[in-house]
Amino acid sequence: MSDLKSATPVLTKKDFTSDQEVRWCPGCGDYAILAQVQKVVPTLGIPKEKFVFVSGIGCSSRFPYYMNTYGFHTIHGRAPTVATGIKVANPDLSVWLVTGDGDALSIGGNHLIHALRRNIDIKILLFNNRIYGLTKGQYSPTSEQGKRTKSTPMGSVDYPLHPVSTALAAEATFVARTIDTDTKHLTATLERAAAHKGSAFVEIFQNCNIFNDKAFEYFKGKDVKADRMVEIEHGRPLRFGSENEKGIRWNGKSLEVVTVGDGAEESDLLVHDEQASLHAPFLLGRMDYPAFPIAIGVFRAIERATYENLVDQQVETAKASREPDTLRSLLYSADSWEVE
Amino acid sequence: MSDTKVKRPDRTVEEIESVVIRFAGDSGDGMQLTGTQFSNTAAFVGNDISTLPDFPAEIRAPAGSLPGVSAFQLNFSSVDILTPGDEPDVLVAMNPAALKTNLSDLKRNGRLIINTDAFTPMNLRKAGYETNPLEDGTIKDYQVIEIPITSSNAQALKEVDLPKKAIDRSKNFWALGLLFWLYDRPLEPTIKWVTDKFGKNEVLVEANVTALKAGFAYADASELFTAHYRVERAVIEPGTYRKITGNEAIVLGAVAASILAKKQLVYASYPITPASDILHMLSHYRHMDIRTVQAEDEIAAMGAVLGASFAGALAMTGTSGPGLALKAEAMSLALMTELPCVVVDIQRAGPSTGMPTKTEQGDLLQAMFGRNSDSPVAIVAPATPSDCFEMTIDAFRLAVRGMVPTILLSDGYLGNGAEPWKLPNVEDLEPIVIKHPTEPNNGGYLPYLRDKETLARPWAIPGTPDLEHRIGGLEKADKTGNVSYDPENHQRMTDLRHEKVQRLQQIIPLQEVEGEETGDLLVIGWGGTYGAIRTAVRRARRDGRKVSHAHLRYLNPFPANVKEVLSGFKRVLIPELNNGQLLMLIRAEFLVDAVGYNKVYGQPFKVSELVAKIDELC
Repeated sequence: MSDLKSATPVLTKKDFTSDQEVRWCPGCGDYAILAQVQKVVPTLGIPKEKFVFVSGIGCSSRFPYYMNTYGFHTIHGRAPTVATGIKVANPDLSVWLVTGDGDALSIGGNHLIHALRRNIDIKILLFNNRIYGLTKGQYSPTSEQGKRTKSTPMGSVDYPLHPVSTALAAEATFVARTIDTDTKHLTATLERAAAHKGSAFVEIFQNCNIFNDKAFEYFKGKDVKADRMVEIEHGRPLRFGSENEKGIRWNGKSLEVVTVGDGAEESDLLVHDEQASLHAPFLLGRMDYPAFPIAIGVFRAIERATYENLVDQQVETAKASREPDTLRSLLYSADSWEVE
Repeated sequence: MSDTKVKRPDRTVEEIESVVIRFAGDSGDGMQLTGTQFSNTAAFVGNDISTLPDFPAEIRAPAGSLPGVSAFQLNFSSVDILTPGDEPDVLVAMNPAALKTNLSDLKRNGRLIINTDAFTPMNLRKAGYETNPLEDGTIKDYQVIEIPITSSNAQALKEVDLPKKAIDRSKNFWALGLLFWLYDRPLEPTIKWVTDKFGKNEVLVEANVTALKAGFAYADASELFTAHYRVERAVIEPGTYRKITGNEAIVLGAVAASILAKKQLVYASYPITPASDILHMLSHYRHMDIRTVQAEDEIAAMGAVLGASFAGALAMTGTSGPGLALKAEAMSLALMTELPCVVVDIQRAGPSTGMPTKTEQGDLLQAMFGRNSDSPVAIVAPATPSDCFEMTIDAFRLAVRGMVPTILLSDGYLGNGAEPWKLPNVEDLEPIVIKHPTEPNNGGYLPYLRDKETLARPWAIPGTPDLEHRIGGLEKADKTGNVSYDPENHQRMTDLRHEKVQRLQQIIPLQEVEGEETGDLLVIGWGGTYGAIRTAVRRARRDGRKVSHAHLRYLNPFPANVKEVLSGFKRVLIPELNNGQLLMLIRAEFLVDAVGYNKVYGQPFKVSELVAKIDELC
């Protein structure tokens, strides 16, 4: 496997901008994500021709058309399968998968969990707007229960699926969450995902201003976010609040919100560990307002051999122990016989 | 090792032309292994062979029950044979259930070898016999040879240090030894196989070899047989041969295609009967850089194939009818994005789950039309187990030439059935030429700028500088590949996708006809019915009928001369193991009043029924 970063000319955002007119609704959160991706990928030191953007179906899945890289706009839910095939055939490529909550968690749920558990080295960006946009406004698998939409006039009765919980349950080696409008955090998260070897899963809260506007304002609104969000960082205690006065503590049975200096010390707070066993990130990923602040950041980042590297190893082992077949040795085996 | 002396018997030897044997027993009795060993030995000593394994889908149905019966039929001959035979000359019934389910197929006055030890009241009850068929006249029309096989085997193996259960398990080798004596076949190939297979486990080698020799010695010493029989070597073309099943031939064809194209092969598949063996066997070719992926489902397998193809690999998946249904959407994406790939369908009886271990030709129309909108793909169908080799290579040839998915329609009968295969001269296999563009084709790169002759689009692969482009399932503008909703463009692209497949006729050989090119009747077949139809047509011709046979191996597009071939005959008969699918295509395409002979028993055609139908029509 050659080094992805070899002899790369300096690239800029412009190199990654295709000639296609972007056709998302004005004000859509997708614009911000596209801009950050186009800003981050030139800095990774990977030649442009080695990027492949793969998507499924949905608003977010138009993404590859706007990237001036190799791209494959596939079918609903199946992008992880196509990305898998690309990576198996050529592990040297940098494969990015752009998907949405319906694409990845409804029709494509099976493929997502299997891509994650195999630890194929692909970057999965899940734009979660908690609604179906392209089909014009039905509830999605991440919509809150009771949501009134075109298909649920009396409110949806489904319980929602949690993307981060799902990714962790599939034992993804990298699981993160960020927000479309927080460009700094989004950029940093994309950079972390890009640097990870193996399946990197990033849930991006993305606002659909047409069908589910302000879906995330209840915690990320300018006036409330200090008290309703917590940014988790590896090796640091979980602190938040307008005065940075609050923290998250593990009381031996469950997580709880405490006030530092009022019954709790800094040293009591949970220190985030990206390599902790699965139940710790699982609990953090499920924190939700009003009981807890909502966490953003990298929940889990561990090292584990990737699927394609393990396949490569098997190929190398097999090649070392057995000469390649010629057409003749393939067909004319020990079991053949002569007729004269 | 046993010291049983194998002396050559000195009883009379009768020469016979061919024999059809069916081994039938409980699925735990090892009948598939017994049949395979007999076939291998017959092929090895120079007989022509044709086999028909017939086993239940249940891994181990209740012992002794009717659904648990597993059978293996083989035809071995000194003349050219093309089918496993209509009716067995010999039936080996290891238990009452095997007798019950197979007796009606045995030739009248055929030889019936029965393991009497298994005819206990409990087994008789499980098989639904109210009285003992050995005593009530059920078997009076046959030459019955009653042998206590289980106890004779146990007696022979009494010195072997194995539990009784394990000893009883080797009784199939005892029966095999008996049949080897009866048909004068050598024991050595089987002894070698047993030694190779169980080499490390000396007790098992001893048990099976002792059982084999004991069965042979029993036949030699007892008065059960007055003669034994010899089927001479078949007079077949000189050359190097090996025994091959259809699924093995697909594996070898795919690996050969990878060598001929100088390309990595990716095979992604989800386990499904009767196609799983292809995945098993290809996974042993890692040393050839063949990458097998056991996907999470049929859809994922097809998706991975597309991804691998986009990345520049030769890509193939294998499945059966229900899996082909699941792959339809991704195959549609393959033909929209014009990426080459091969989809192997080992057809089985359907619809739905159907009868997974039984053969059928039910997926032709699904292969032709089973996708949304006008969605043509190339379709090929091998005629015999060994033909699967060439047709797999051809499927790749068509796929990469036309940048189009190609379906290979095999079936359970071809997939599991075996025949001797005269190995091709490897120098005669033409390379598969693939060119990936490395330079822009129009200032920039137009992914849908087509080749003038084939209409195929260029296959630029990720990793190539300056050729970055996007493809997808939305309709593409001709040349640029950009998303397009232009009405005229959609019409043009739909026409191009059709025309592109039609132009594969440029490399598809003209349809051959066995027999005269004019006559009273043309019998057209496709796929695994080749052997039965050819044998029937030859028999009818010997009887003076003016009948010819054309067997289609290319189903979309048809060879260029099919219309001309049809025009030479007064009538056209199309036998198929479905309810008339090729019949519908031929009638629609060529406006001929063809008639069908259709049957869905989950079994191949019998030659006799086809001869009767031919007689009826001319």
